[in-house]
This record gives sequence, C-alpha cells and structure tokens, in this order.
Amino acid sequence: MTTTAIIMMIVAMLTIWGGLIAAILNLNTRGNASAEDIARAELQRDL
Amino acid sequence: MPSTDAKVVPKREGFSSRKVFILAAIGSAVGLGNIWRFPYVAYEGGGGAFLIPYLIALLLAGIPLLYLDYSIGHRFRGSAPLSLRRLGRGAEWLGWWQVLICIVIAVYYAAILAWAGKYTLLSFTKGWGADPNAYFFSDYLKAAETPGPTFDFVPEITLTMVLFWVIAIGVLAMGVQAGIGRTAVIFIPALVVAFIALVVISLTLDGAAAGLNAFFTPDWAALKDTGVWISAIGQIFFSLSVGFGIMITYASYVGRKTDMTGSGSVVAFSNSGFELLAGIGVFAALGFMAQSSGQDISEVVASGIGLAFIAFPAIINEAPAGALLGVLFFGSLVLAGVTSLISILEVVIGAVRDKVGISRRTATFVVGVPMAVASILMFSTTGGIYLLDTLDAFVNSFGILAVATVMMLVVSGVLAKLPELERHMDMVSSIKLRGWWRWLIGVILPIILVVMLVREMGTKIATPYEDYPAELINVFGWGMAAALPIIAIALSLIPWRRGTVLSGDPDEVLAAEEAQDALLVDGGDKA
Repeated sequence: MTTTAIIMMIVAMLTIWGGLIAAILNLNTRGNASAEDIARAELQRDL
Repeated sequence: MPSTDAKVVPKREGFSSRKVFILAAIGSAVGLGNIWRFPYVAYEGGGGAFLIPYLIALLLAGIPLLYLDYSIGHRFRGSAPLSLRRLGRGAEWLGWWQVLICIVIAVYYAAILAWAGKYTLLSFTKGWGADPNAYFFSDYLKAAETPGPTFDFVPEITLTMVLFWVIAIGVLAMGVQAGIGRTAVIFIPALVVAFIALVVISLTLDGAAAGLNAFFTPDWAALKDTGVWISAIGQIFFSLSVGFGIMITYASYVGRKTDMTGSGSVVAFSNSGFELLAGIGVFAALGFMAQSSGQDISEVVASGIGLAFIAFPAIINEAPAGALLGVLFFGSLVLAGVTSLISILEVVIGAVRDKVGISRRTATFVVGVPMAVASILMFSTTGGIYLLDTLDAFVNSFGILAVATVMMLVVSGVLAKLPELERHMDMVSSIKLRGWWRWLIGVILPIILVVMLVREMGTKIATPYEDYPAELINVFGWGMAAALPIIAIALSLIPWRRGTVLSGDPDEVLAAEEAQDALLVDGGDKA
C-alpha cells in the first residue's frame, strides 16, 4: 500500500469509528440527563 | 378525545429500552447496500478522497434527515401515515406513499434474501461451479431471454422465498419487542462478528494490500465532479433508511424520554462504520481476485448483484478457506437483509394497525400473507430478475428520493412545522438542534434533493433503463412510480378507526397513548 492510501485509511477509521465511539460516549454520559430535563419540564408544566 | 372502547383500541407497543431501539434502527439501516453498494460507490467516487464528501453528506444530510424522521415519529407517536396526519391534515398521503414504497421494496427484497440464503448453503460445496456468471443467470435464476414478467416458476427460488417470508411474518407476529427487538439484539452482534471474521480472512489473502490500495488511494480530482458529491449524498440517503417511513415508525415505539439525537448519531455512525468495514473486506477480496486472475482491480470491481453473486463466488472458488469466506459473506447478507426486511414490513403493518385498529397478529397476517404471495408469484419466476431490477431502479432509487423531497417541502414550507419539531427534539435530546437543523432541512437539503431528483429523472428519460422493453419500463418503472402517490391519496381518504386521535396536540396524543396502555387489549411491552 502507498503511504497516501495508508494515511487515508487511518483517517477514515479515526473519523468514522472515532465518531461512533464519541456518539456512544455522548449517549451514555449525556443521554440520561436529557430524560431528567423532560421530567423537570413536565413537573413544571403540571404545577 | 381518545376512545375508551377496549375492543377497538389496541395497545401501542414499544421497544423495551433505548439499546433495543438503537439495535433495531441499526438493523434497518445496515442492509445489502452497505455491503455491496458502498465499496463500489466509494471506489468510483475517488477512493480515499470520497471520504470528504461522504463525511460531509453524513453530517449535513444523513443525520439531519434521520432526525426529521425521528422527530415526526417520536412527537406524534404513530405509524408514518398517522404521525404525518397528526403533523398536518394534508400530510397523511405522504405516509401512505411511504407505506406503498415499502410494500414494493419488501416484495422484491425477499427474493434477494432468498438468493443469499441459497448461496450461503452453496458456499459449503462451491455449488456454483467454475462459471458463477452462467450458474447464477442460467442455472439458478433460469432468467428468461427476453426481459419481462413470466409465469415460469423456478421451484428452488420459490421454496427459499417461502422460508424467508415465514421467518419475517413469524418475527413480526411476535411484536415490536419480542419479535423485532429480539431479532435485532441477536442478529446485529452476529452480523458484526461474522463480518469482522470475513474482513480478517480477506486481509490474509494474497493481493489484499493491492485491493486496499485501490480503495483508499485518493483521487482528489474527483472532488471537482458534482456527480461525486451527489453520489455521496445518495449513498448516505439510501443507506440510512431515511425518508420512507421506517424511522418514523421505529421512533414511535420509543419511550417519550429517550434521547433521540444522541441515539440517532449512534445509529448513523454505526451504519457508516459498517460501510467502512464492508469496503475493507470487499476490496481486500477483490485485490485477491485481481491478483489471481492477472487483472487490474478496475477490471474486477463490481457492485450489487454482480459483486455478490458473480464476483464473490469467483473469489470463493480461488481463495484458501473459500467455503468459510462464502458462508461468512452470504450469511452476513442474510443477517443484514432479514433485519432490513422486517423493518420495511413493519412500516406497512404499523400503518394498517393504526388505520383499522386490529391486533398485531391479525395485521401481520392480513398484510404479510398477500405480500408474500405477490412476492413469490412475481419474483420466483424466470422473469423475476428483470422486474426486480426495474422496480429497484424506479421505486427505490427514484420513489424514495421523490417522497423524501416532497415530505421535506411539505413539513417545512407548507405546514411550517420545523420549529415545533426542533423544539421537541431539543427537549428530549442531548445534541441540541438550535436552528442549524431547521436551516438544513428547510432550505439546503430540499434544494439538493430536488437537484438529485431532476438528475435522476433526466438520466432515466434520456437513456432507456438497461435497454429493457418499453412496456416493462412503462408499467413496472414509471407506471409504478407514478401510481403510488395517486393510490396514497386514495388511501388517505379512508376514515381512521373510531377513536383515533388525529390532533397534533402532544397532550392529546400522549393522553391517548396512556389510555391505550391502561387498556392492555393485546400483547406487547411498552418501552
């Protein structure tokens, strides 16, 4: 493989699979917080 | 007001957790196109350079479109026609247009699954012989010499198609969580493991490095070609299962507090991650084929049916551990295809359930059995391949693009509902849309999709598709593509079942859903 092809392969892996890891981490760390926001909003609406 | 009549209001089902929903959505998005279309499109679009338009298309077109479907399904809590009816009185027909497209796609998709199932078994003995091309068209499909519908059945294909329809109907009859959810939880990890094994084997083949070199070497000049950018958007668009009701339907089965944009980004990147994996596996194998046949990669590269049923059997014939490679490749096609077929059928079943208020099992059989019969009658014949090819080109490639474009124009321009949908998504999600999404969905993407649509129409009008006979193209191509929106308008005129909440007021929609939950009329768990 040429150096350019290797670099592009690494870039593709980092951006796409890295993006997937970042998306999973975001969902695990911030995903539950958004549910709490809704519960708070619903409570305020009911009050 | 929501009905309180237990006999006519079936309980609305749902996925048991966010994880199950995400796996089901990935199962829908990851299909045959990821394996047999992306590697070719990327190679033709500049190899490594294609990554740039592909990523831009993912972030600025694919994910925003996915969020549009999610926002409609999640806010309005129904199948595609019901959700769009609640969105606006004049939008219901768009949902039925999506349902009809799903019907057409499902009937031919089952045929491809049947072929892949048969080839999984053939892989053990390399039963296609030394000439996979002749075997596929002449011995297996027994393709008629003249393109067009026939009534000459191929019993071998009929039997395999019956098997896949029984599986699909059986899974769907079990319900959203017990059927669709559990299938995804088992099939998606199995698919990933099988495909990683295939990639590892492919990478050990002689010539694999040359294949990867061809796949990743950037042709920067390709970026000046607008066709490459449109092809990147097209790949993302068709690959993510957006615009034809699946994601609207699945999003309606998710708990109200689920993080929709966070989940959507996981689905979108999983889909692209699998495409990249497929590109590596397919091009490593094509590199081996090129080396063993003494040809250049450009001479052996293929996509679609040609890649799966002609090029790959040729690779399997020559490769060490070819039988294992074949089982993994065709097994992956089956796993990816089954979850996609199930999601396509669920769009139809969900719509029928909502419209007439029947139980899941009844709806599954009322919808599934006639579709299975039509599918087998049309595609297990010697003319099936031509019908399949025509319907795929006009209803899939053209019809989905058309309905997605019209839906975006109606939602943003006619009904002006994007601010409401954006507020909803921002309330339930970790990744906030805050204006940028509205701008993309309301202005940029409709323009791009209209350009793609006009381009697609122009190509199809200028060049008779595959030189097929005019009557085949006119009836099953243009005729079918034009008939679907007309039938959809007629379906939208049929009254909804008694007690259906058609208001777009989220409080009324939720009250109706909670009332249904309390009734426990038929099976299914709530997320």
